[in-house]
Amino acid sequence: MEKKLYDKLVVNHKPKEKRGQNAFIAFVVGGLMGVIGQLLVEFYSYYLGLSSSDASVFMIITLIFFASLFTALGFFDKWVKFARCGLIIPITGFAHSMTSAAIEYKREGFVTGLGANMFKLAGTVILYGVVSAYIFGFIRLIIMGGA
Amino acid sequence: MTTKYKDVYIKNVATVVGPYEAKGPLAKRFDKYYKKDMYFGCDTLERAEIKLMSDSIKLVLKKSEVEKSDIDLFIAGDLQNQIAASCYTAYELGRPFLGIFSACATNTEGLIIASNFIESKTCDNVLVSVSSHNMVAEKQFRNPTEYGAPKPSTATFTATGGASCILTSQKGKVRIESSTIGTPVDYSKNDPLHMGSVMAGAAAEVINKHLTDLDRTIDDYDLILSGDLGNYGKEILRDYLKQEYNIDLKNKYNDCGVMLYDLKTQKDVQAGGSGPVCSALVVYSDIIKKLENHELKRVLYVATGALFNPTMVFEKENILSIAHAISLESVL
Repeated sequence: MEKKLYDKLVVNHKPKEKRGQNAFIAFVVGGLMGVIGQLLVEFYSYYLGLSSSDASVFMIITLIFFASLFTALGFFDKWVKFARCGLIIPITGFAHSMTSAAIEYKREGFVTGLGANMFKLAGTVILYGVVSAYIFGFIRLIIMGGA
Repeated sequence: MTTKYKDVYIKNVATVVGPYEAKGPLAKRFDKYYKKDMYFGCDTLERAEIKLMSDSIKLVLKKSEVEKSDIDLFIAGDLQNQIAASCYTAYELGRPFLGIFSACATNTEGLIIASNFIESKTCDNVLVSVSSHNMVAEKQFRNPTEYGAPKPSTATFTATGGASCILTSQKGKVRIESSTIGTPVDYSKNDPLHMGSVMAGAAAEVINKHLTDLDRTIDDYDLILSGDLGNYGKEILRDYLKQEYNIDLKNKYNDCGVMLYDLKTQKDVQAGGSGPVCSALVVYSDIIKKLENHELKRVLYVATGALFNPTMVFEKENILSIAHAISLESVL
C-alpha cells in the first residue's frame, strides 16, 4: 500500500485526546501548586522572619523535598498520570524526574548506575536553563544596563 | 516464505503472569501468577523477568513429563538488551540454545524455527520460550518507571509474563500446519506511542501472503489473531486488508493485545497489551485449549513486532516492523 493511503487509514482511526480536559486539570493543579508555594513563602517570612527571597528558596526546597519523598514512596507517578503537566512543569516535576531516575538505576551501582543516570531527564533542563539564563542575562545587560 | 508441515505437534504449553495480567479476563486460565509486586521475590526487575521465563519452563516440563535432557534445542527471545532474560535462562537450563529477536513477533519466529527443526527430524523436542516485563521494557525503551509520564490513548502496555511451549514430532491434539515468514516493512511511522500504526501494515502483508501462497481464503480459518496491534491498530489492519487486497475479516478477527486485558476497567493499559509474551499468553492460555477440544479448527496466529530502536528513532529513522504467521490446527 502507498504510504499516503496508509497515513489516511491511520488518521481515520486516531482517537481524539481529551485535550481540553487535560489542560483544565493541569491548569487547576498547576495553579494549586502556585497557591501552595505562595502560602509557604508567607509562612516562612511571617513565622521564621525570613526575607522574601530567602523564603522563596525555603519554599522551593520544601516542594522538592515532598515531591522526592512522594516519588520514593511510590505514589507520585500516579498523581502525575492524573495531573500531567500540572505537576511536571512546576519544580515538583524537576525533583520527580531526578528521584525517579535515581530509584530506577540504583541497582546498577552508585557510580555507574545512580550517578550516571540521575540526570537522564533533568540534565536537559539544567543545560538549557543555564544556557538561556546566560543569553537572557546578556540581553538584559544590553537593554537595561544590568539593572 | 510459506512452508507446510506434516508432523509438528504442540506437546504442551505453560504461562506465568504478573499482577496486571492476573486481573484480566483470562486470569483463571494462566498456570501461575504473581500478584504482590513486580519483583516476584528477586532483587532486580531484570532478574524478575528471568524468573518468569524459567518458571514457565519448569511448568511446561512438569506438565509434559519431559526431562531437561530430553529437550534437544531451546529457542527463546525477549525485549531486554542483548536478549538478556533468554540468555540467562538458557544458562540455567543448560541445553543447546538459539537466541532470537523479532520484538513482539519473537514467539512465532521461535515456533517457525522449531517447526523446521522438527519437520526435518533433526530434533524430537524443541522448547520455545518468550518473556517480557512491563517495567524492564519501560526502563529500556521509555522513561524511568516511577516517572509515570502521561501517554496518549494509542499507547500500548508491555505485558508481564513468561510463556513456554514444547514442540514435538509425536502426535498430539494441536499441530502447526503451516507458517509464513514476513519481510520487514517501513510505512514511514516513527511514533513509539502508537505501535499499532507501525505494525498493522506488516500484519496485513503477511496475512495476504499466507492466503495467496496456500491458495486459501479467510473462510478456511475459524479465527485470525494478530499479536499486539491494540484497539486502534486492529481497525487499521481491518481497513487495510479490505482496501488493498479486498479481504474481509468479518467477525473472525481479534487481537491478542485487546484480549489480554479488560480495556474498560484496566485503564492503565490504554490501547491494549504488547510485548513478545502478550500474544503467547493469549494463544497458550485460551486458543490452544479451544483447539484441543475442537471448539476451533484452524487459527491463523500472526504475531506482529515493531523493530523499535530508540537510538534510531532519535536519529530520525522510521520504526520498521515485521510479522510472522503460523497456522494452528486441531487434530481429529
